[in-house]
Amino acid sequence: MKKVVSVVLVFVLAFSLAALSGCGSSDQVTLNVYNWGINIADGPEGGVDYIDVVEKFMEKYPDIHVNYTTYEDNESLYTRLKNGGVSYDVIIPSDYMIARMIREDMLLPLDFENIPNYELVDEQFKNQPYDPENQYSVPYTWGTVGIIYNTKYVDEADIGGWDLLWNERYAGKILMFSNPRDAFAIAQARLGYSFNTEDPDELQAAADLLMEQKPLVQQYVMDQIYDAMGNEEAWIAPYYAGDCMLMMQDNPDLAFYLPEEESFNTFIDAMCIPSCAENKAEAELFINFICEPEISGGNMDYIGYGTPVSAAKEYMDPEMAASEIAYPDAETLERGEAFGALSDEAQKLMDNLFDEVKAGLDMAG
Amino acid sequence: MKSRFLAGPYIAWMAIFTVVPLGMVVYFAFTDNSGAFTFANLTYAWEYWPVLLRSVWYAVAACLICLVVGYPVAYVIAQSTASVQRVLYLLVTLPMCMSFLLRTLAWVALLRDTGLINSFLGLFGIGPAPLIRNSGSVIMGMVYNYLPYMIMPLYTVIAKLDPRLIEAAQDLGCGSFQTFRRVVLPLSVPGIVSGITMVFVPAVSTFYISQKLGGTEDIMIGDIIERQFKGNLNQNLGAAMSLILMVLVFISIGLMNRFTDDEEVATI
Repeated sequence: MKKVVSVVLVFVLAFSLAALSGCGSSDQVTLNVYNWGINIADGPEGGVDYIDVVEKFMEKYPDIHVNYTTYEDNESLYTRLKNGGVSYDVIIPSDYMIARMIREDMLLPLDFENIPNYELVDEQFKNQPYDPENQYSVPYTWGTVGIIYNTKYVDEADIGGWDLLWNERYAGKILMFSNPRDAFAIAQARLGYSFNTEDPDELQAAADLLMEQKPLVQQYVMDQIYDAMGNEEAWIAPYYAGDCMLMMQDNPDLAFYLPEEESFNTFIDAMCIPSCAENKAEAELFINFICEPEISGGNMDYIGYGTPVSAAKEYMDPEMAASEIAYPDAETLERGEAFGALSDEAQKLMDNLFDEVKAGLDMAG
Repeated sequence: MKSRFLAGPYIAWMAIFTVVPLGMVVYFAFTDNSGAFTFANLTYAWEYWPVLLRSVWYAVAACLICLVVGYPVAYVIAQSTASVQRVLYLLVTLPMCMSFLLRTLAWVALLRDTGLINSFLGLFGIGPAPLIRNSGSVIMGMVYNYLPYMIMPLYTVIAKLDPRLIEAAQDLGCGSFQTFRRVVLPLSVPGIVSGITMVFVPAVSTFYISQKLGGTEDIMIGDIIERQFKGNLNQNLGAAMSLILMVLVFISIGLMNRFTDDEEVATI
């Protein structure tokens, strides 16, 4: 009898808990924001009083609860959405992935009436090739891909180009991108190809170059780079400029450069609403909030990328706003090339080639 | 009749979450993106045989080390008094209370060039010793993570041995080594077989350990499969690789079970 009673009690408790939590959420909307890892200011760190963007948003809109989660790279985001069974309201993919998602009907057109701050976005970041009529995206950050290295161990004479990543002197101390698109771009820059080539021979040549590099590579990484470069387990890595500035704050021996002669990737990460979104109006509210100059400025102070809202620079740490890493001069930017979406076949070929490189399969020979 | 009824929920569970997914793996392996029948995934997946071979070799090495390390431990636990047994058994299973991701990351912090061990050696001007990012560190990581799966079935079998058999062997003039070799060891074969199976199967399909503790040359088939599902969205290729791995595991288990003849394989 006792057992029966306790079982009944457990059920009662479980149901009342469920009912309670149901009550709680009925007058509060949960907004699911899905962003890159380490890509938003989330409060004071290292003695600097950074803003907490999500916290500020929730203070301003107490009815909205933000559920903030992160992904590792564009490809994980894409796979996650494609596999279904999830619901995100705001995502922040990069240019080429936005183009792919538009092509595959994975994004909802934005209602710009709800995003008045879109007017503050600089003209040069509107109507980009990835979203020609600017229906689906609002820029979040822009930036470049360069090389971060440790000045304690790397000879100044060796720096200057992408070839540092192939320098045998630093074997075992070099990190490399673990996602195919960024990794191939570096090999393509060395070979003088476009980052958007779909020519199988050019892709194969890039893969061969990556294969040649493989014995020197310590690990293929994404955000694990923070740990490895921070504690000097590795000395050289290609990465996104903004993240590099964050790492340089933690370890003053780190430095960053863009290749002097070769091309490099410039990218825009933009906020979009995926077709699985459940709270579109609130998502647009969030996007609008991010574009407020004060918020964008405070956010960029931490994440170190370029803001697409020039008015935000007023609110930024002046040193940050003048940074040559976040805002390279026009002449340097001439060498930058943006990613476009590859055709499905070319993307698949690149994915397979990169897996073969990582697995050490020499299929060409 | 009643016992069969009680097994119903489990059978339903198995059918929905094991048999159906297995069927889906086979379906995906033999179809392309549009659902048309093809062998292309399997033939392409087979190009990865060097990686598969490496995975098998790492798993076999991990198994053997687990056996050599685990057997004496299981034997000592089984021979202890009941209260000591409980404590020792708890100690063996204790590491499993923590996420294996964390445990593996802890090894990284210990072994890397700037890690605890090498920093300590550095105080004496030694090193850094190549402790991480080689096949040795990957196999070590597997042994560390899967050792309890070897010890548990061994312990169960050894603890159940009839002590009178050992006494009889000694009465009949066996030395302690001979008793072990002729009585204890043959009787613990079922435990050895299930221990090896329980270590080999997860070890051969490992993916996280090799990424963290291995170098760029130590990639395993599990890593490639993970990539197909998590990054490339190529379920068909991922399924084909999984199918090859699965067939391989079935064959190995089949071979293993031949060693035990008709004896029952011990379970925990």
